[in-house]
Amino acid sequence: MQIDLAVKDVSKNFDDFVAVDNVSFEVADGSFFSILGPSGCGKTTLLRMIAGLTEPSAGTIEIRGKSMRGIPPNKRPVNLIFQHLALFPMMNVGENIAFGLRRRGDAKATIINKVKTILERVELTGFDDKKVDQLSGGQKQRVAIARCLVLEPAVLLLDEPLGALDLKLREQMKVELKKLQAKIGTTFVYITHDQSEALVMSDHVAVMNQGVFEQIDTPQNLYNSPDTPFVAQFVGDNNTWSGRIRQCDQKVAEIETNDGRLFRTKIQQQLQSGDEVDLFLRPEAMLIEPDADLANLNRFEVIVKDLLFDGANSRLLANPLDADTELLIALPQTHQYDYIQKNDKIEIGWDEQSGICFPRSQKMP
Amino acid sequence: MKNQKRWGLFFFLAPVVLWLFVMIVLPHIDLLVMSFRLENDEGQMMWSLGNYLNFFEEPIYWLTFVRTALYSILVTFLTFVIALPVAFYITKVVNPKYQGFLLVLLLLPFWVSELVRVYGWMILLRESGVINHFLLKLGILNQPIEMLYRDSTMILGLVYTSMLFMVVPIVSVLDSLDNSLIEAAYDLGANMWTILFKIIIPHATPGIVSGSIVVFMLTLGNYLTPNLMGGKNSLWFTEQIYNQFIASFNWNQGSAFGFLLLVLSSIVVWLGLKLTRQNLKKVVQ
Repeated sequence: MQIDLAVKDVSKNFDDFVAVDNVSFEVADGSFFSILGPSGCGKTTLLRMIAGLTEPSAGTIEIRGKSMRGIPPNKRPVNLIFQHLALFPMMNVGENIAFGLRRRGDAKATIINKVKTILERVELTGFDDKKVDQLSGGQKQRVAIARCLVLEPAVLLLDEPLGALDLKLREQMKVELKKLQAKIGTTFVYITHDQSEALVMSDHVAVMNQGVFEQIDTPQNLYNSPDTPFVAQFVGDNNTWSGRIRQCDQKVAEIETNDGRLFRTKIQQQLQSGDEVDLFLRPEAMLIEPDADLANLNRFEVIVKDLLFDGANSRLLANPLDADTELLIALPQTHQYDYIQKNDKIEIGWDEQSGICFPRSQKMP
Repeated sequence: MKNQKRWGLFFFLAPVVLWLFVMIVLPHIDLLVMSFRLENDEGQMMWSLGNYLNFFEEPIYWLTFVRTALYSILVTFLTFVIALPVAFYITKVVNPKYQGFLLVLLLLPFWVSELVRVYGWMILLRESGVINHFLLKLGILNQPIEMLYRDSTMILGLVYTSMLFMVVPIVSVLDSLDNSLIEAAYDLGANMWTILFKIIIPHATPGIVSGSIVVFMLTLGNYLTPNLMGGKNSLWFTEQIYNQFIASFNWNQGSAFGFLLLVLSSIVVWLGLKLTRQNLKKVVQ
């Protein structure tokens, strides 16, 4: 498998602020790679370094095996789709798309042909003469993509291009982008702060925080077995308990939480009894009124504080009995739980395999 | 209520209308009438196109006229060529903190009158001036050269005087240019020149045109700078008008020249707008 983009030990400092701190990763040909992180984590800086708009302070960036050091953006085989798309308002759609081809000095007939083909690809046939401000949000999006793809870059970089769209369109474009990428097979590097965009579209996701990569993995692994507390909290929702290990072996630990409950959970790393730990639990890991004969469940009672209805994503907001820890519990909309009302007392159970346990970290977001 | 509003409008509009009518329209009507009047052999005033015919029959008049027009266009163009990088630097390159400061620096020379500024240039450029002094001291020249009273010196002075009127409108249009457009063009393979001609100038056209109109008008109607820095050889059409009014006391001929200048500037501005496909309304905004 060919490696299209290799970033090796890249850092970027602005005066004494470290925006990107020793980041390395590789992106394989034809894959969809996302960098996910909160705003200000350095992901845009990283992308601009790949595009060549910013020079790294240290490290190398290789595209298809060629070092990009000192090569200006107009000579790199990558193209960037800007957050606000940056379509040229002084040109029509056709001229926008032909811009890169003209710079490259392609023949006129070739340009006309290529523009026509790419417009067909993004389903905008016949839009050549339209002005940029006559297009809808989704159409602008596709023109911006076409303008880059027509140059057949080795890697297409996307800087949160869906951020400016409204929710409905964003959901739609997510699926469309994924389909488009699969169809044309160009390598995509996509940055976003929206975890659902990253999870839905990507083959691999890197989670970035304060200039470093916390974890690079498939979306499933990021969600199911995060490497760090940051990933556990940032990717998807999680309930957190602080506590201390009472006793443990290689695989399972017994934890006494600060609100006085005893839980058994699997552990991924070596821990000793007495260690301070944080326990993370997904909302959907908690079962409401589980069958009495299910084994290996941590069972406890909660008081329902509120019902947060959000369609398929509905939750219960609850406190454990005699404690004020706030818990989010998934509420499946199968009518099975319609009887649950505010201030009801219900039993909750979770499997010891679904807990995620980390030693207490100093820096919590 | 409606009546009150109308009175309010009248109250605020009256000074402007009065000003325009008394100071601009009336004198112009008078001058227009005068430009068609000529003294005949018996010393009586009569209607005639003679003043205008004079202009075409006497080469010195229309040659000065053409010269003035061409030089004004040249000055406008040079001002633009210098002002664009300056405006670009102020809006896009320099730290935004210093933007206001730089604009004030640009404005500073305009706090003294044009006369003082022109004399400043004369002190620098004349035969016994500052520049000649240093060139002699450094041994680059053996004897001083006269840098004043040439066309090039006059153009220098005119460009200097016009700079601000070109920089300010261009700064304001470049301010609204999204930096990511420049970066996108760069990313798509454009070099510096393509970015300049395909992105920056098309975006800045309204500002460039409005700056050019102002600079062109000011240059065409300038009297002081061509007179003092251009000397005897560099005749400007305004000097011809001045001569008619003051030296020859021929007000009728002077007004005819004045109107020719008015027509000339209107035609050039109209042509400029047509060529750049702009309209006055958009540019004035």
